[in-house]
Amino acid sequence: MISRKEVQHIAKLARIGLTDKEIQRFQKELSSILDYIEKLKKVDVSKTEPTSHPRLIRNIMRKDQPRDEKTEVRKKLIEAAPCQERGYVKVKSVLK
Amino acid sequence: MPRKGLRKSKIRVKIMRLEELTIAKAHQGLVNKEFSSLELTKSFLERIDRLDKKIAAFLTVIPDLALRQAKRIDDLISQNRRIPLLAGVPCAVKDNILMEGVKCTAGSKILENYIAPYDATVVKKLKTEGAVILGKTNLDEFAMGSSTENSSFFPTRNPHDFSRVPGGSSGGSAAAVAADMAVYALGSDTGGSIRVPAAFCGTVGLKPTYGAVSRYGLIAMASSLDQIGPITKTVEDARIVFEVIAGKDVKDSTSVDSRFEIPAVLTRRNSKQIQNSKYPPFTHYSHTARSKIQNLKIGVPKEYFIKGMDKEVERQVREGIRKFEGAGARIEEISLPHGTDYALAAYYILTPCEISANLARYDGIRYGKSARKAKDLMEVYLNSREEGLGPEVRRRIMLGTYALSTGHYEAYYLRAQKVRTRIIEDFNKAFQKVDIILTPVSPVPAFRIGEKKDPLSMYLSDIFMTAVNLAGLPGMSLPCGKVGKLPVGLQIIGKPFEEDKILKVGEIFEKL
Repeated sequence: MISRKEVQHIAKLARIGLTDKEIQRFQKELSSILDYIEKLKKVDVSKTEPTSHPRLIRNIMRKDQPRDEKTEVRKKLIEAAPCQERGYVKVKSVLK
Repeated sequence: MPRKGLRKSKIRVKIMRLEELTIAKAHQGLVNKEFSSLELTKSFLERIDRLDKKIAAFLTVIPDLALRQAKRIDDLISQNRRIPLLAGVPCAVKDNILMEGVKCTAGSKILENYIAPYDATVVKKLKTEGAVILGKTNLDEFAMGSSTENSSFFPTRNPHDFSRVPGGSSGGSAAAVAADMAVYALGSDTGGSIRVPAAFCGTVGLKPTYGAVSRYGLIAMASSLDQIGPITKTVEDARIVFEVIAGKDVKDSTSVDSRFEIPAVLTRRNSKQIQNSKYPPFTHYSHTARSKIQNLKIGVPKEYFIKGMDKEVERQVREGIRKFEGAGARIEEISLPHGTDYALAAYYILTPCEISANLARYDGIRYGKSARKAKDLMEVYLNSREEGLGPEVRRRIMLGTYALSTGHYEAYYLRAQKVRTRIIEDFNKAFQKVDIILTPVSPVPAFRIGEKKDPLSMYLSDIFMTAVNLAGLPGMSLPCGKVGKLPVGLQIIGKPFEEDKILKVGEIFEKL
């Protein structure tokens, strides 16, 4: 069983607020899922390479250049932000 | 051009309700002017109005846009212009696929009022074909679930039994098609989300090869597994939609020019018969069906008939396999030792890891809901995500964060990636011996709403699904029988980019 402290730690890393009751619930649920996943230890993977993607592709790069996008699309994208000012997305202060 | 004969056929079509038509039949009716797209679209909108109070397949219905598009297609037809197969035919789109100017919620409170600023590539392609999009369908929040009960808005009901789930996560799309509220629909499949609801609702569902269809504009869940695909009434319809949405897209670097048999597409598109306003019959496989199937080697993995599986489901699936055998196909028992529970275990590490990264964007800053009460930036994150994301989504984010955190990475993430390699090796070995693989879709028929309370028991219903996604293979669910009134699905798995083959096999199966 993963501890209460661990759940709180992961929640903070994941930036998810949890109530006290939820911490208890997640403790139980995450533990039972992790128990199920334990069975992966039975597979011999000592000589196996990991797969991160089903297709054997290399990184596909493009030049880091701004794309010409219609002003109305840009406007729409900015307007999707809950808080904006003068065409910018507004965030609470990061540095004190 | 109105002729005497047309009136007669109009009566015939009216007896078969307009909403029951397949894409192929609807197209034929439109070009023969037996009915207009406006009539067709209105009858679907009326049916949604009448029926969807009970089934709850749609999150958003867009009658104005649908009717405007229908009118546009009718104008083309009245000018005797040639129209593509999907033109004027009403469809539905899962609500994690963006359609410009229309709400796109992904079934989540955090995107409750989010308006899509652009079209997903698949939506753009449908629009170019002249498709009439009726609305956006319900799903498990961010496509995480197997029953559509995890939608933050309401659960969708199975049209065959309202007390049961339609499967998930594309439950709204499958239910809409099964209940004749759309001719076809788009879904997405990360670990069974097209195939399970297709099976539970008695429709056809195709999960294409990873890379066959562009994911641009699909709200990401697990980017190395997600694929968009069609949910339809017939295999022929699945082929029509797949041919439209497949292909390389510069906006999705993982998409490829599918090696899908080009001649099949070309013959249909360039068909003189279409120009003559007569839909070409898709029966050109049937007369050769038996000779085709006699050379077919079908693998049946022994690990896919497990203890605890519903006996009647097993009987129906085995009966389906016997039908192929009866038609002359060679059935061979194969082994996919990591295909079921190991795949599921690997899936429930790899998917949450990708989810925890992909869903970091819902931070209350860029889009969607932002918590009203927050004293600093940290609280904006914590509270927005607590209020906006449902329990299953948060559970998976937590699980992924745990598996990727210091001290756990090797034991969980890296190990699961290695098991993923073993799964691919299993399939490679099997496909050296056989052409296609047949398995059940789900060990059970549609379960009752509220029946699976424990998250792990819900995960286990996808036990036959996830290996296909981890290996990036195409898989199709097609109806193969019923348990009482509940449909049962048979899964056909093919080699990468051999959609054409599994569609052909499916077309043959429908006629057996």
